[in-house]
Amino acid sequence: MNSADGLRIRVHLARSDFELHVDLDLPANGVTVLYGASGSGKTTLMRCVAGLERPAKGLIRVGQDLWQDDTQRIFVPTWQRNLGYVFQEASLFEHLNVQKNLAYGIKRSQKQGAAEALAGAIELLGIGHLMHRQPASLSGGERQRVSIARALATQPGLLLLDEPLAALDLARRHEILPWLEKMRDALRVPMLYITHSADEVARLADHLVVLENGSVKACGDAQDVLARVESPAIAGEDAGVLLRGTVALCDAHWHLSQVEFPGGFIWVPDKGLALGQQVRLRVLARDISISTDEPQNTSIQNHLQGCIEAIVEDAHPSQALVQIRCGESILLARVTHRAIAVLNLKTGSTVWALVKSVAVIA
Amino acid sequence: MNFSLNKDAWDAIGLTLELAACATLILLIVATPLAWWLSQTRSKWRAPIAALATLPLVLPPSVLGFYLLVAMGPHGPLGQLTQALGWGVLSFTFSGLLLGSVIFSLPFAVQPIQNAFESMGVRPMEVASTLRASPVDAFFSVALPMARPGLLTAAILSFSHTVGEFGVVLMIGGNIPGKTGVVSTQIYGHVEAMEYAQAHWLAGGMLVFSFAVLLALSMLRKPVERVLP
Repeated sequence: MNSADGLRIRVHLARSDFELHVDLDLPANGVTVLYGASGSGKTTLMRCVAGLERPAKGLIRVGQDLWQDDTQRIFVPTWQRNLGYVFQEASLFEHLNVQKNLAYGIKRSQKQGAAEALAGAIELLGIGHLMHRQPASLSGGERQRVSIARALATQPGLLLLDEPLAALDLARRHEILPWLEKMRDALRVPMLYITHSADEVARLADHLVVLENGSVKACGDAQDVLARVESPAIAGEDAGVLLRGTVALCDAHWHLSQVEFPGGFIWVPDKGLALGQQVRLRVLARDISISTDEPQNTSIQNHLQGCIEAIVEDAHPSQALVQIRCGESILLARVTHRAIAVLNLKTGSTVWALVKSVAVIA
Repeated sequence: MNFSLNKDAWDAIGLTLELAACATLILLIVATPLAWWLSQTRSKWRAPIAALATLPLVLPPSVLGFYLLVAMGPHGPLGQLTQALGWGVLSFTFSGLLLGSVIFSLPFAVQPIQNAFESMGVRPMEVASTLRASPVDAFFSVALPMARPGLLTAAILSFSHTVGEFGVVLMIGGNIPGKTGVVSTQIYGHVEAMEYAQAHWLAGGMLVFSFAVLLALSMLRKPVERVLP
């Protein structure tokens, strides 16, 4: 990766009860998700990037823009950084209506093409009908969409989103997620996105940074990081992998679509997917069973042949996580130690992975 | 009995309103930056300055009036300064009265504005900074408009508190008709002179005025609470 174009984030911040020590080189495009439990330092790190916190030692560079370098005594204040920030809770100016909230940043950023950027943001987030409403009269989901549009309209070089869905209930989340996916696909602006939801990671992440107690536990392409078994990024019930594939077949009779990915194909329910469409598949470890010979008489239709790369302990002592390589892709399966003993599974064994269910993320 | 107000009474009312209006204006200009500083700073001077700004609230007016009188007098530090500047001595003048009123009503202006700034939290200012607003810009475009209910309360309290003050005014103004004689001291004068009819008119007027102010305040407050979460 060409480090001059990407995001360079080096931060060392010590508080009485917490220490953040991070050194990251991130790509200049796509969505980088910062994932971790609460208290792992995600928000503090993002605030350092924005200049809302000033770490004692830090280097923040976005592309060619140097925002902080303590060795050169450079610290650009937040308002002079070309960024957009979406806070966890609705942060609209209550004394201004939606239109004036959107205009606030545009007026001050004074960039070419502001009108187009604003129109684009309004269109992208579907808030055209809210322009003359007061923030107090909006629903939580609408407020957050306006907040995102307000940040986007300033045409930032970097968009920071701090758990934009955390303050919303499940229904509202599902209302906003499609907009975020649309943003990821439509925009060129790199995004840093904080979440502690495995679902949001699977849906949005191109790149994944896992934070734990103020330091980086894992960092890399989302698909790779999620497939790791040594210190898994997402443990427990949500453990699973992400597969990127294309729709290769549509079977109208059975209402199924076939998604091809490097290493095989998987049948998924047809939800109006178009041939050739790029999709993400989220396959949870708990939804995969293992068989040592090709299953013949089973209702499970998705069988993938592969080779066991690793077997590690899972959260519960009865269970293990099995890492299976299928072609260029990796699957994780959760099975009991008893099953491993009975089937005599070892590293290097050839097995069949039975995929019981898959979440398709268009 | 004579039920109409004489010239002295009208003078006193006019002077009271003028004094209260000037004091309110000055207070808003002085108290807003002070309240902002108190709401934001982590300086070690915060506590002493906050205590100093609240002191007029608990100090007997006669104590405050006494010190002001001494300070403003020909030999006091303030008196020396004003004489050096060619303004003469402020005691027993309208300017002196104004200065005393401003100091006396300071907490009534600072407290509501400071509360408004504090209840706003840091988030709106942070949001403004992520939208390219400089700190000064954000203060005028976000903090002040959001603190408007607090500013309004401060103005009303300053005005009515200045109208109602007595001790400080008597000490440093001396109740000179047409010059430093305000309504509250005038009433005192009438009572001393057994002119109860005149005292009734002025006292009744004050009562109605004070009630109207409190009524207005509580009516203003309601819609504000609905807006703030």
